[in-house]
Amino acid sequence: MNTVISPRQDPTARPFLELRDLKIHFPTDDGVVKSVDGLSFSLERGKTLGIVGESGSGKSVSSLGILGIYHRRNANVSGEIWLDGQELVSSSPETVRGLRGKRMAMIFQDPLSAMHPYYTVGAQIIEAYRVHHKVSKKVARKHAIDLLARVGIPQPDKRVDDYPHQFSGGMRQRAMIAMALSCDPELLIADEPTTALDVTVQAQILDLMRDLQQEFNSALIIITHDLGVTAELADDVLVMYGGKCIEYGAATEIFENPEHPYTWGLLGSMPRLDQPVTERLLPIKGTPPSLINIPSGCAFHPRCAFEGRTAGASDTLVPELQLTGTSGHRVRCHMPAQVRQQIWRDEIKPTLEGTGQSVASMSELPSASDEQSEEVA
Amino acid sequence: MVTFFIRRTIGAVLMLFVVSISTFLIFFGLPRLAGATPETFAARYLGRTADAHAQQLFAEKLGFYDPLWLQYWNWIKAIFVGTDYDYGTGIEHCAAPCFGYSFRTNHPVWDDLVDRLPVTFSLTVGASILWLVGGVAVGVLSALRKGSFFDRAAMTGALAGVSLPPYFTGLMFLYFFSYQFDLTAPGGTYVNFTDDPGEWAFSLILPWITLAMLNAAAYARFTRAGMLDTMGEDFIRTARAKGLHERVVVTKHGLRAALTPIITIFGLDVGLLLGGAILTESTFGLKGLGYFAIDAINKQDFPQIMGVTMFAAFFVVVANLIVDMLYAVVDPRVRLS
Repeated sequence: MNTVISPRQDPTARPFLELRDLKIHFPTDDGVVKSVDGLSFSLERGKTLGIVGESGSGKSVSSLGILGIYHRRNANVSGEIWLDGQELVSSSPETVRGLRGKRMAMIFQDPLSAMHPYYTVGAQIIEAYRVHHKVSKKVARKHAIDLLARVGIPQPDKRVDDYPHQFSGGMRQRAMIAMALSCDPELLIADEPTTALDVTVQAQILDLMRDLQQEFNSALIIITHDLGVTAELADDVLVMYGGKCIEYGAATEIFENPEHPYTWGLLGSMPRLDQPVTERLLPIKGTPPSLINIPSGCAFHPRCAFEGRTAGASDTLVPELQLTGTSGHRVRCHMPAQVRQQIWRDEIKPTLEGTGQSVASMSELPSASDEQSEEVA
Repeated sequence: MVTFFIRRTIGAVLMLFVVSISTFLIFFGLPRLAGATPETFAARYLGRTADAHAQQLFAEKLGFYDPLWLQYWNWIKAIFVGTDYDYGTGIEHCAAPCFGYSFRTNHPVWDDLVDRLPVTFSLTVGASILWLVGGVAVGVLSALRKGSFFDRAAMTGALAGVSLPPYFTGLMFLYFFSYQFDLTAPGGTYVNFTDDPGEWAFSLILPWITLAMLNAAAYARFTRAGMLDTMGEDFIRTARAKGLHERVVVTKHGLRAALTPIITIFGLDVGLLLGGAILTESTFGLKGLGYFAIDAINKQDFPQIMGVTMFAAFFVVVANLIVDMLYAVVDPRVRLS
């Protein structure tokens, strides 16, 4: 198997985080659920990877898999996860537990249900800190107050004793971030961090996460179905479909020269303020596949508008994730690279941007992450 | 928090008031609709052989000619401040709380109730600890090993435990453990805790197990369902993501949340049992409140029935009140609403 690494990765050096052919399968009475089916990527400290896909594409399961949160009885996990030179899949559950929360932490989607309703916010942060550090409750409490202040919660010395239900949605997400940061993790995974929030609060939280990532120089994985969030934060983008990576590359590449029909679909179904309101969104037809019965061949072929251009290979052969161009951009598609690039240029891009519209909007989105990556580097 | 407690306490008092009215109407209102007269009420005290004149005299003295509301008032007043009975031969004072005298034995009902309470109390406390600890432990293990042999065996056992009535299991236990193997005390024995704690436990162990089995089964199923729900919650995933030990995840995060509804039914069950565990007490010949109630009903001893009804209602209402307050302590979200 060819190694799949980030386009910005020095191939001779060991990446901070690397997944090699990670598979997470759940045997059930109805068949094997292939939630993650051969996922590979790499990520350096200080960089951000955006994992994009519809619900049920395997995004969240892969992140929980990295943290080792699965039942060894229910899940079959294979492949390799390397975190700073340490392989996690073959490590003992106790070893991975020791890393969890300390070197790698997670921010969850809905902070109301993700925090325990019976314990104060402070108690939950203190607990996260004390499980990995042998300090007194007093020291840990001081640390919790500092963290709450750091994530922008007013009067942290009072709010530390509040319960999650006494916080607003945005404040809860801030507290959740404070909890994840309690042990200065080097890898931070944010699973739909802004989905449950108001739009105005979303921007604040994204700003906060960007600031914190720069401050702590941690590797950040953002899992989202919101391409706007990805454009805002990510250096690299990985698009998942049916448990597999179908497109992977630098964010600028993915937004400017996407080559997979599914990525085109995602871009087309994103509402855009710079388009006239009469323009219809372009939803992807059909529904995501069941992970028990993944379509034969290319998992996307039943929904693909260009299925006919694959010379009959679409439902018989599983396409490989292959390099395209010279920038480390990879695509899993049967169509030849020239054909894909031509379709994007001639058919898709003009529709997305509306006839006569400038291309400014398209290039504006990734430019934000460009600036950021320069700052970090 | 304080207003919450005050509101609940007022609610509890109102509930007792409603229970007392209903009880009173059942025994003094309904019979009138069915054709009972003050004289027939008096006849219950005097026996069927008494002549009409004696009946009238007695009905007068006991206030059966008064309007219903006045009778109710006198009944309640007697409970709170006591009352004097004038039997013609002399005035007898019945101190508060006065539930009147038994038709048959002429004992004050209150004294009988207080006599019986230690038996029922001992039975309830021992059994409730057994079933709470046993039921919750089995339920948690079943939930964590869902689908395993242990889970299936425990849940089948739970079904059997719920289905088998105490007069069956109790008699089986008595036969084997007491009469065949001579391991425990025979039925009908009860030793006061203050006299000899060892003998007390020895005489109660079989009733405890019999009563506990019945409820432990229900609690095991309840805990299992609650734990399965809770362990699928997002906050459990968060607890794991923090790197907490699985033991802490299960107890501090999972069980804590799953226990709240169990506390509720536990409070109600204990309150209910304090009013008398009729089947278990009868099976083991324990002279507790349940046995007392059955006896009073069989003999149609109305003052005793009313007394034991109010007594049992009091425990249920108080248990309810305690549960409500515990709820506010356990679940911080209740405090605000």
